[in-house]
Amino acid sequence: MAVLLLAEITNGELSLDATAKAVSASRELGEITVLAVGAECADAASQAAAIENVTKVLCAEDSLYGKRLAEPTSMLIASLAQDYDHIVAPATTDAKNIMPRVAALLDAMVISDVSAVIDHETFERLIYAGNAVQTVKSRDAKKVITFRTSTFDAAGSGGRATVEDIAVSDNPQLSEWVEDKLASSDRPELTSAGIVVSGGRGIGSEENFALVEKLADKLGAAVGASRAAVDSGYAPNDWQVGQTGKVVAPDLYIAIGISGAIQHLAGMKDSKTIVAINKDEEAPIFQVADFGLVADLFQAIPELTDKLD
Amino acid sequence: MKILVPVKRVIDYNVKVRVKGDGTGVDLANVKMSMNPFDEVALEEAIRLKEAEQADEVIAVSIGVQKAQETLRTALALGADRGILVVAADDVHNDIEPLAVARILKAIVDEEQPNLVLAGKQAIDNDMNATGQMLAALLGWSQATFASELSVKDEHAVVTREVDGGLQTIRVKLPTIVTVDLRLNEPRYASLPNIIKAKRKPLEERTAADMNIDVDPRLEILSTTEPATRTAGIRVNSVDELVEKLKETGAL
Repeated sequence: MAVLLLAEITNGELSLDATAKAVSASRELGEITVLAVGAECADAASQAAAIENVTKVLCAEDSLYGKRLAEPTSMLIASLAQDYDHIVAPATTDAKNIMPRVAALLDAMVISDVSAVIDHETFERLIYAGNAVQTVKSRDAKKVITFRTSTFDAAGSGGRATVEDIAVSDNPQLSEWVEDKLASSDRPELTSAGIVVSGGRGIGSEENFALVEKLADKLGAAVGASRAAVDSGYAPNDWQVGQTGKVVAPDLYIAIGISGAIQHLAGMKDSKTIVAINKDEEAPIFQVADFGLVADLFQAIPELTDKLD
Repeated sequence: MKILVPVKRVIDYNVKVRVKGDGTGVDLANVKMSMNPFDEVALEEAIRLKEAEQADEVIAVSIGVQKAQETLRTALALGADRGILVVAADDVHNDIEPLAVARILKAIVDEEQPNLVLAGKQAIDNDMNATGQMLAALLGWSQATFASELSVKDEHAVVTREVDGGLQTIRVKLPTIVTVDLRLNEPRYASLPNIIKAKRKPLEERTAADMNIDVDPRLEILSTTEPATRTAGIRVNSVDELVEKLKETGAL
């Protein structure tokens, strides 16, 4: 059994955490070959080669793949597929864009957001915004899978895989990149942070979100938000935690002014310790919180920030 | 320009999901069903393009059980010009997989020749996030997923996408498939006169069998269970107590 694993690479940089988690999810499936794709990917490829349990790294370097547009990237992956039984990736927005397209090119049904591997053809995934867990057995010859990274530990380092440059595919010339508006931040990345501080609708405005950010910075934490807060324009989309946003499982998750809609809980309930601060004592978030504080967040958050010296 | 909008009939997003005790699935009998919220956003965008005179016709397609025609009537009431129902299941508990849905949609696209397919990024039942990408692959078309902004100009669409790091804008060649995120627009409600008028709009009905498309699932569902629940911890009475507890348990 052989696995082809699409490494998460943005602008030439490997997302080691997401990639290493997908490697550990794939460990039982077979020998792992990592595919590094990008305008520049030599550095990312050599970094991926050091992940434990990776046997080989294929490096497809071409300006065509610089922004990982779905059409050329999926063509490349499909062209390599014959040597592999499983074609997998961490469930990032990048992979969610590409992998279903790969699956259709291979006449296979994609298995999205897998949270557990039972055996080489049987997998668990959450459905209905995390309200149910489904166990599915794939009948396809090739299994195309994305892994929900929050439920897997990252594979360690110390691997010594070989790196091989491979030929690139044609450019179907269907799409072109125009621009990125990527938030630059000194804070840790949301999906791999040890601590996440999230704000919800209760924060009340974009200006008030500074309270959440200040607490996060004090803790060296990433900042998250509920969908309600993002929809209201209090926080940018890339902070959204939940079934349709990012799924996180930090050691400590602090939910502030978040009521705890099921779709939000689906994105954070695997966190080790959950703290909820909300003035509504009936808020469902308290049902999953290890420590609940019923309080006015505008008093409690500055106080908490001060007391963390 | 012609726009095709696939709309899925799913459990209403306000309904509490109940997993059946025997592990065979989620109980959908006698449960309120509605149009998938992401598809509502896609349909709204199509109607706005028509109102802006950038599109001539909006066709809504639904694939599933016979009752999905109610979802199509809703789409017609909201502003779609006509509907196509493809009956592919006789039990609401048989979800048609994105690959089969994409194959049915491909057959309809081949006939109707739309310039744009606007779809929801995912359905709130199976949460697969796959149909649009799969349809694009089968057609060999461009794709723009997770759209939060869309403009159509001449032979191209310019789409801003919600991605992990923030926003990405791409330009895709028409015909194309755009899958939408919730922040693209705020869908309207259907007015009573429009609901009545919708009853006279054309609604064509066919079956997956007639179309010769195999909808047998590739993923056999072995079981559906309740997720592990977390139990509520304790309430603390002050910020001081919270800090103390977090330090005690090693969380800080």
